Amino acid sequence: MPLDSKIPSGPIAEKWSKHKRDSKLINPKNKRKYSVIVVGSGLAGSAAAASLSELGYKVKCFCFQDSPRRAHSIAAQGGINAAKNYQNDGDSVYRLFYDTVKGGDFRAREGNVHRLAEVSVNIIDQCVAQGVPFAREYGGALANRSFGGAQVSRTFYARGQTGQQLLLGAYSALNKEIANGGVKMYSRCEMVELVVVNGHAKGIITRDLVTGKIEAHAADCVLLCTGGYGNVFYLSTNAKGCNVTATWRAHKKGAFFANPCYTQIHPTCIPVSGDYQSKLTLMSESLRNDGRVWAPKKKGDNRHPSQIPDEERDYYLERKYPSFGNLAPRDISSRAAKEACDDGRGVGPGGRGVYLDFAEAIKNFGQKTIAERYGNLFDMYERITGENAYQQPMRIYPAVHYTMGGLWVDYNLMSNLPGLHVLGEANFSDHGANRLGASALMQGLADGYFVIPTTIANYLVGEKPGSITTEYPEFKKALEDVNARTSRLLGIKGKRSVDSFHRELGLLVWDKCGMARSREGLTEALGRIPALREEFWNNVTIPGSGEAFNQELEKAGRVADFLEFAELLCLDAREREESCGGHFRVEHQYEDGEAKRDDANFTYAAAWEYTGNFAKPALHKEELKFDEVHLAVRSYK
Amino acid sequence: MSLLNLTLKVWRQSSANAAGRFQDIEARDIPDHASFLEMMDIVNERLISKGEEPIAFDHDCREGICGMCSMVINGRPHGPEKTTTTCQLHMRKFKSGDTIYVEPFRAKSFPVIKDLAVDRSSFDEIQRAGGFVTVRTGSAIDANALPIGKEIADAAMDAAECIGCGACVAACPNASAMLFVSAKAGQLNSLPQGQPEKTRRTLGMVREMDAQGFGNCSNHYECEAACPKDISVDWISKLNRDYLCSAVVEKEAVAGGGGD
Ligand SMILES: Cc1cc2nc3c(=O)[nH]c(=O)nc-3n(C[C@H](O)[C@H](O)[C@H](O)COP(=O)(O)OP(=O)(O)OC[C@H]3O[C@@H](n4cnc5c(N)ncnc54)[C@H](O)[C@@H]3O)c2cc1C
Ligand code: FES
Repeated sequence: MPLDSKIPSGPIAEKWSKHKRDSKLINPKNKRKYSVIVVGSGLAGSAAAASLSELGYKVKCFCFQDSPRRAHSIAAQGGINAAKNYQNDGDSVYRLFYDTVKGGDFRAREGNVHRLAEVSVNIIDQCVAQGVPFAREYGGALANRSFGGAQVSRTFYARGQTGQQLLLGAYSALNKEIANGGVKMYSRCEMVELVVVNGHAKGIITRDLVTGKIEAHAADCVLLCTGGYGNVFYLSTNAKGCNVTATWRAHKKGAFFANPCYTQIHPTCIPVSGDYQSKLTLMSESLRNDGRVWAPKKKGDNRHPSQIPDEERDYYLERKYPSFGNLAPRDISSRAAKEACDDGRGVGPGGRGVYLDFAEAIKNFGQKTIAERYGNLFDMYERITGENAYQQPMRIYPAVHYTMGGLWVDYNLMSNLPGLHVLGEANFSDHGANRLGASALMQGLADGYFVIPTTIANYLVGEKPGSITTEYPEFKKALEDVNARTSRLLGIKGKRSVDSFHRELGLLVWDKCGMARSREGLTEALGRIPALREEFWNNVTIPGSGEAFNQELEKAGRVADFLEFAELLCLDAREREESCGGHFRVEHQYEDGEAKRDDANFTYAAAWEYTGNFAKPALHKEELKFDEVHLAVRSYK
Repeated sequence: MSLLNLTLKVWRQSSANAAGRFQDIEARDIPDHASFLEMMDIVNERLISKGEEPIAFDHDCREGICGMCSMVINGRPHGPEKTTTTCQLHMRKFKSGDTIYVEPFRAKSFPVIKDLAVDRSSFDEIQRAGGFVTVRTGSAIDANALPIGKEIADAAMDAAECIGCGACVAACPNASAMLFVSAKAGQLNSLPQGQPEKTRRTLGMVREMDAQGFGNCSNHYECEAACPKDISVDWISKLNRDYLCSAVVEKEAVAGGGGD
């Protein structure tokens, strides 16, 4: 099937305006007749649900947490990019577009990225109007900081809690619409199946996590805003509940999954401390504005960091990437940390760590200023490690953080499955093979506030509102399938806990499909995943019943999906015989260890179709064209 | 790293209407670097391997920001460490041999769902009664067209740090939600964007708080001590002032109502 990205023709800077002009309109009276299901209440979901309701659509919104305000977006720390050029440092829409395409290692869609850069400026306006308390200067204007992969200062922030403040803003907009009846909110309610009628996505099946009630919901279209799949690695910086279930269920109903192997490893996280570890904690990239990353020059140097003199320290990012230094992009910084540790120069338990040092910044600006900038992060670091980072450098190590891959969507954010729209981290389109810091918040809000309200009508206008109801046999069938799956899970009554499977899967994919991947390792993983899946379905144990609050059952459903998805992840990684962004294949590198792309053969998005056989999905290629930013070796030197 | 042996006394309650009780659980060999929730994970794994139901508790981010984790630990919401959520509390704060009581947040407006998990949807209802600025997507002016002094922005941010966990309610002898409501209303009421709806917001949120069955504030200030984000009780006085003014404004509007 040919993949039509529906990128409008014409010059890059005019595509979005043209598309808005050409998009279909539905008159206000008719909008009220259309119903929309929004799964997810993070930045993408809350923004979309609120904005669509303002337009008049009838919206149902779902999240698995106890309140929409707790979606994982809440945890974003560092900031959100926007091409405001308030600093007068030469920023522009074009530059943000350029940085993002380059940052993505030329594997994103130019058209989408330019639109993202264009609407970034509206996002900041919208958020400020809602009362989001961004950091400000004494004169009352908004403040900015720098983030990786850029040489301008375009990141807006609210202390170390930018995601929280943006989400609370979107949540307040959602509340306003819930209060006036435009949105019906379902919290603690998980989507467990997508319902497709006549080839169109027309509803979902949900499980009420408190009562266990399985229910069908029909609508004129469905939006998945369900976040990323980083927890396939078990340990990640994501919240515990983050999962692939919604997108994976949709994939199995026909939606293509694109570029699953593009996963982001964040360079600055607190290292693993033991096998009881349940998650990893990010130390915001913003710290690299003032912190200097180093490892000892000598192998196995286990002196206290204060005992290692400056000339025996390797400030390797500054050495290797002098023009970006400590602000080199994430994929590059992560691999450099791994290299130092593989070289035997790592610090801390197991030698899996490097230092992030603030001594110089504290000397230059004083502890008070550093505390003002990052106090909450230093406190968090101390709570977790018991160490004081004002007195000794932080120990950091890369960890899984974000997933660039996701369901394939066109310029309208619609998947190949008509009616199914995918927003935020759940889709694949804007970040290519590597996402720059502070760009996920931007994308989630761009999709939700500004893109989908325009593009959704292009689909809906061709649909008769309310024509599909839960009385359709497809809904009955989906309900039966879900009930059968639940009974099957509860009936296994084996010997191993859900978490034990999740941990084992996580270790395997981290080992074989993490920061460095090889054909051999991936092949090994592809042999072991089906076996583990098989064991899960024969030996997992889930206490309790399906008709009540049962957290083991919730986890089991998610882990069952990860066990299927992991195979596609490794397959995609093996198929892509090149290194790009977060996808590093050891067979494809330059002599100095930098990632080696193969533009002649791999300048495409890999969109996978489910065929009923996990080992043999069908590959569809969307060729990527670079008309504006010319394909070049990405250099941050 | 050292290992701790602990005795837990955990509240078990199978559903909202069931009677609850404390269960004694020996938690042996707990690494002191583990977080409190990781300790609970270890305990749950052991319960599951014995074929018993694990202890239900809410959590998600495990970074102290989503507000999902709760629990009263040794009588204190979120446990003994100041400005620290349960998920950020680490076992090195305990000693081997300790007995630890673990209970749900207790308040009429937070009914227990199971074991340590409670229903806090009453907080959402309060927010829906006015905790927003009515501004349509796309209708905003340029962000820098409205300068806001750093002090005002910083103060609004202090209030905005509230994670909506409900520890303030659990700590209050009257189960009052005043600290939460005052932080939420206070953020918007102190910003220029929040002025047009200040009266409506203040009255709406306070009345909804009462309707949700939260108790009255009688200035115990246990809430501030329990707040993991250090929200100041000064916001309560500010809300009280805003409420009085709003009530007067409303009365005058009613008295003068109808116009010409
Ligand atoms: C620690 C951390 C820090 C970060 N910092 C930054 C930063 O500084 N800047 C930046 O730009 N980005 C940052 N990111 C990335 C960014 O936060 C996320 O990519 C972004 O917030 C994702 O938003 P979203 O709306 O797509 O999904 P989420 O916020 O993850 O929301 C997903 C929603 O879907 C719901 N959901 C999921 N599955 C189901 C289901 N099956 N049924 C029902 N509901 C479901 C959830 O309940 C939730 O409401 C950070 C990420 C992490 C982990
Ligand atoms: S789990 Fe999110 S605040 Fe504790």
